[in-house]
Amino acid sequence: MDKNKKRPKYLNLLKIKMPVAAVVSIGHRISGFLLVIAIPFVIYAFQQSISSADDYQLVLTALDHPLAKGILVLLTWSFSHHFFAGIRFLLIDIDVGVSRLMSRASAWLVNGLAIICTILVSGALL
Amino acid sequence: MNESVASGLRAWTIQRLSAVYMLAFVLYAGISYTMADATGFDPWLSWISHPFNNIVVGLFIFSLLFHAWVGARDIVLDYVKPHGFRLVKLAFLALLLIAMGLWALKILLTVVAI
Repeated sequence: MDKNKKRPKYLNLLKIKMPVAAVVSIGHRISGFLLVIAIPFVIYAFQQSISSADDYQLVLTALDHPLAKGILVLLTWSFSHHFFAGIRFLLIDIDVGVSRLMSRASAWLVNGLAIICTILVSGALL
Repeated sequence: MNESVASGLRAWTIQRLSAVYMLAFVLYAGISYTMADATGFDPWLSWISHPFNNIVVGLFIFSLLFHAWVGARDIVLDYVKPHGFRLVKLAFLALLLIAMGLWALKILLTVVAI
């Protein structure tokens, strides 16, 4: 019983070492949250982009602003992470890649692919 | 609240089905964009006006909003503790998502070429 008293009473995220799959999962939630916030802004940009050629150009000009580019980079990470992590979860649902080795490998792959996509898009934007 | 709403299975199913549809749509949209002869306002407007594209975009937004509902609902249920406040937040969220859906539908209907 003595041992039990030494157990932490809460989980300090900065003190525990997270498995790589936990990083995928937390990233999935954060990216999903950011993507939901983006929905009305994307619908608005979509509306403007098809209303006239001038408005289409205005959307492109607005997206050229440094602040907009920063947001686009963040949304690129959000989209690509959510996309790849989502495929990973769907595959695990149908029992593909469930083993410890495979799930760790696919978790690294998802985290890596999202960062690579973000770097590629950032390069194209800047 | 009846049992089917309270159980997580329906939400789980909605989340997965909408994910699979959106995955297929993203691939289609990516291929369409890559194979497009030109970019700019006119090709973009004609792409979105085409009934097929207009409908698949509409279904994408429909899937997206349901997917967002399940995901955002999970976040509210995990972090918003007082029960009453939780219901207020969920109702507010549902209203926002419905409004966005109607807004997107209106935009799509104004350009569809029938």
